[in-house]
Amino acid sequence: MSYSQKRKLTNSIIFIVLLIGAVAMIAPLLWMLSTSLKEKQDVFALPPIWIPEVFQFSNYTAIWEAGPLLSGIQNSLIVAVSVTVIGTFTSSIAAFAFAKLRFPHKGKLFLALLTSIMIPYPTLMIPQFMMFSKLGWVDTLLPLIIPGLFGNVFMIFFLRQYLLSVPDAIIEAAKIDGSSYFRLYSSITFPLIKPAVAAQLILWFMGIWNDYLAPIIYLNSPENQTLQLVIANFNATYAIQTDYPLIMAASIVALLPVLIVFLIFQKQIIESVAISGVKG
Amino acid sequence: MNIKSSLYRKEMIYGYLFILPPLIGFLIFVLFPFLYSLYGSFTDWDGLGQMNFIGLDNYKDLLTDDLFYKAMFNTFFLMLGIPIGLLLALLLALGLNRKIPGTTTFRVIYYIPVISSLAAVSIMWNWAYNGDYGLVNQFLALFGIEGPNWLANKDTVKPALIIMTVWKGLGYTMLLYLAALQSISRTYYEAAELDGANGWQIFRNITWPMVQPVTFFLVVTNIIGGSQIFTEMNIMTPTGGPEYSSASIVFYIWQKAFGNLQMGYASAMAMILGIFIFIITLVQFKMNERSAYDGD
Repeated sequence: MSYSQKRKLTNSIIFIVLLIGAVAMIAPLLWMLSTSLKEKQDVFALPPIWIPEVFQFSNYTAIWEAGPLLSGIQNSLIVAVSVTVIGTFTSSIAAFAFAKLRFPHKGKLFLALLTSIMIPYPTLMIPQFMMFSKLGWVDTLLPLIIPGLFGNVFMIFFLRQYLLSVPDAIIEAAKIDGSSYFRLYSSITFPLIKPAVAAQLILWFMGIWNDYLAPIIYLNSPENQTLQLVIANFNATYAIQTDYPLIMAASIVALLPVLIVFLIFQKQIIESVAISGVKG
Repeated sequence: MNIKSSLYRKEMIYGYLFILPPLIGFLIFVLFPFLYSLYGSFTDWDGLGQMNFIGLDNYKDLLTDDLFYKAMFNTFFLMLGIPIGLLLALLLALGLNRKIPGTTTFRVIYYIPVISSLAAVSIMWNWAYNGDYGLVNQFLALFGIEGPNWLANKDTVKPALIIMTVWKGLGYTMLLYLAALQSISRTYYEAAELDGANGWQIFRNITWPMVQPVTFFLVVTNIIGGSQIFTEMNIMTPTGGPEYSSASIVFYIWQKAFGNLQMGYASAMAMILGIFIFIITLVQFKMNERSAYDGD
């Protein structure tokens, strides 16, 4: 066997292995989709049916009555949009200051901020909960929104790194021109880092959308809960009635928005994640 | 005052102004709660009445708390998924790094579980692990294996969670490995091939050392993430599993703090978790500094 033949054979084998892997990765999700389109009793068919004879889209209409799914989506959107929009502004302007402006103790202050990366949320959640309960904010969305508005240290760190590679000359020239510092950020720096900001914003949005621990601590009333809690309650409630199609339909709805965002921006997201890993 | 120094003054003021929000956020939502948590861990804090200082009692009680040991053991046991995930991901990345059709599609498919809502995929796996009708056992039945009722059995609930976490994280790990592999200069491989090195030697002496920083990064971030595992068990085994065999440390903290209102006791555990993660992160920072001198 010649070298190129051997190479072709190896590549074919690898392709098949990757294909099997891909099937294993996607099969549970397809199973979820398939279950969501079945009738309640069909999920117990043996051997299992992968493609139901009749697609039961009725599950997707029933879920809106079966639990506070709509308010869950609204609540998740309120939290994720307000935090990412305002938080991205505060984070990017801080990153700009850390990367391009001169002021005393800059390095020390940046390091102080970085220490918050080392402290996990579970270590802070009990006092935070007591703080917000003193303010009477338990069972509202505020404890999920307010901390994020002050910015995100990961984002500041990443954007600062990114800005360090932008030549100072552009900014120094504008400084001498007497541009105001806010304009220096908004009309010169921000356009330069827009792609990086967008990728970070999307990642942050997905993180908030999928968050579970903070919402479960604060939100008790069903109508105040975020989408992830609503579907968890679907699971707890309807599993007893073995209404798996209903549970899976609700879960698909919870999964879909982020999946769509990912499929649209997959190139940018994948690149951004890959860079953050290589730079450590 | 001359023009230059007034310019500096202006720059300084704006600099502080721009970093003020994250600094305030840090003080209110990180530093203060951290110190309060530290203080609370030395008290009988119950969230309602007065906090009385009780010294190291909470920490002493932890030493004899079987559930605490169990939760710790479970949390570390679940980390067995880390090496499994890294190995699988590296193999997949090596495959994807060759000129093979459909690379982008593979990358996207492997990445879908990563971006999927953890709550939704926990619900899905909860159903997939169903003893009679779940996907996992129906698959095993094809080979004539009768699968257990995974989540209801104390011997299988942890492996079940490991399989799920590996599945969920594989795409991310693979992506980082792939990026690292692509950044290795071709010249190393060409030189090795000229010298007649075989595939294993090339992997052992070039690829593996070159991806080591990423391996290290992944080990650290996976340990940090793994030590905070919570959502999976909260949804799949709401009571902590058979004989508490799937409860994690965060699960136990959460139960103690918000279920039993033993906030002082839970704070002590939260401090132990915090110190553990702090040390792990510090090691990573140090290693990063060192590798920065190695010329990337």
